[in-house]
Amino acid sequence: MRSSRRWQDPSLGQKLAAAAGLVFLHAPVWVIVLYAFTTEDRTYQFPPPGLTLHWFEVAFAREDIWQAMRLSLTVASVATLAAIVLGTLAAFAMARRPFRGKETITLLFVLPIALPGIITGLALLAGIRSVGLEPGFWTIVAGHATFCLVIVYNNVVARLRRIPPSWIEASMDLGADGWQTFRHVLLPQIATALLAGGMLAFALSFDEIIVTLFTAGHEKTLPIWFYNELFRPRERPITNVVAVVVILVTLLPILLAYYLTRPDEQAPGA
Amino acid sequence: MLRAASRFLHGRNAFYVSLLLLPPLLWLGTVYLGSLFALLAQSFYAIDEFTARVVPELTLATYRQLVTQPANVDIVLRTVAMAVAVTIACGIVAFPVANYMARHAGPKMKAFFYVGVMLPMWTSYLVKVYAWRLILAKQGIVAWGFESAGATAVLEHALATPVVGGPSLSSSYLGMFIVFVYMWLPFMILPLAAALERVPASLLQASADLGARPGQTFRNVVLPLALPGLAAGSVFTFSLTLGDYIIPSVVGAPGYFIGMMVYQQQGTAGNLPLAAAFSVVPIVLIGLYLTLARRLGAFDAL
Repeated sequence: MRSSRRWQDPSLGQKLAAAAGLVFLHAPVWVIVLYAFTTEDRTYQFPPPGLTLHWFEVAFAREDIWQAMRLSLTVASVATLAAIVLGTLAAFAMARRPFRGKETITLLFVLPIALPGIITGLALLAGIRSVGLEPGFWTIVAGHATFCLVIVYNNVVARLRRIPPSWIEASMDLGADGWQTFRHVLLPQIATALLAGGMLAFALSFDEIIVTLFTAGHEKTLPIWFYNELFRPRERPITNVVAVVVILVTLLPILLAYYLTRPDEQAPGA
Repeated sequence: MLRAASRFLHGRNAFYVSLLLLPPLLWLGTVYLGSLFALLAQSFYAIDEFTARVVPELTLATYRQLVTQPANVDIVLRTVAMAVAVTIACGIVAFPVANYMARHAGPKMKAFFYVGVMLPMWTSYLVKVYAWRLILAKQGIVAWGFESAGATAVLEHALATPVVGGPSLSSSYLGMFIVFVYMWLPFMILPLAAALERVPASLLQASADLGARPGQTFRNVVLPLALPGLAAGSVFTFSLTLGDYIIPSVVGAPGYFIGMMVYQQQGTAGNLPLAAAFSVVPIVLIGLYLTLARRLGAFDAL
């Protein structure tokens, strides 16, 4: 009996190990936030000798950062829209009863995120070159839409599978046609999943670097700007400020997506 | 119009499904599969030694170069060794967190842990890599921590270790290993927690009633049931390490990794066939890994 209780109540060591794991995951993010305010501009000296807001002002006045930011936001918006349309269509088809070749198609839908990004990136570059296209804005969007589609698909298909078929039957029995059933029964149910999928896709695209480095040509998204700074660190404090901005821009959609799909919301009617 | 269309589609299930599937399949089929095919084709193309141009002429020379040149074999072995080490370390570090999350935390605590693991996972990849460069730098936090604890000698000793050491943590395999473990840890915690959540409490009770000590229950009951979660997580950690090219170039020792080789060969070196052949290596390795995991029954309970 005593030993079974010990499984129920975690020992102090177990609690500490779990807490240490969480701290390990979060500490680096806080470090970056702290460094954005440091007065030291040449080394990574810790603890920072002093704190200042000066670098935010400097970064704010930089046209190259704004330009990269605008490009990233545009790419993420267009890629997310394309992903929402394509991913939702796919989810509606795949949530229905089995058909021939369904397994293969499921595999195809997870492949873009199952294979390492470098393979997707190099493949897209090889594809772009083989059809004689010039890498640029639209090739970045095409690459992002490909893996964002998978995110939207996963979110929507998971929600669709949780809608009891009886709801659709009830709607049809009460005389609604297919469009009315979709509009009044299915759409309200999947709306939050769709929004959450869109948010995740947006955050993923805004932050993507591995595929983008292959498909961007001479375009500079914010992650590419950041990547270049990593290798030619000219103004470290400004890089730190941009890092904080990137964290904020990606974190807000992620948190929103979490609240839209948190467990007590997932089961319809529950 | 839409109503008429939906009335027409109702009852024509196969037609309806194919109509829905057409746009996404067309997209993935042409953009994605088409590109993968182009990549595969490139790896069989020849490269003209004088002009350094790619010639669309089928040859196995690139693959021969990949498997016979010792430098290339070294790159593959180095990457695989790192991927295996990172996968094992992620499993060990993830277990207490996943275990607490899945089996000890109340509903509120569970939600807190879930968000706590998810947020760092979704935080900008580049920013996290950059943060680690600051942390591991010569005057960074880790060095400061060792100094404050009066243990600088320990750090210096670790850095003096052959192979894994280097001039500073941010330019050593040890540092790279830490960053890899950090980056992929959430990908191990989440599937592991999901698997542990499905372990019925009655089994643990039974094991204890039959006289097993906690350690025995862990080895003989919990661990086998957690295996599918560990397997799923390890697929992520293994595959992500194999394909990464940014972490080894930002934090790390001079030795090349598969990803860096792919990026360099297609870019500055301009040898797309060799880059393509190198990128086929992770695909083959992941395929082998999945087959092995399936043979060992790792996915049976999924």
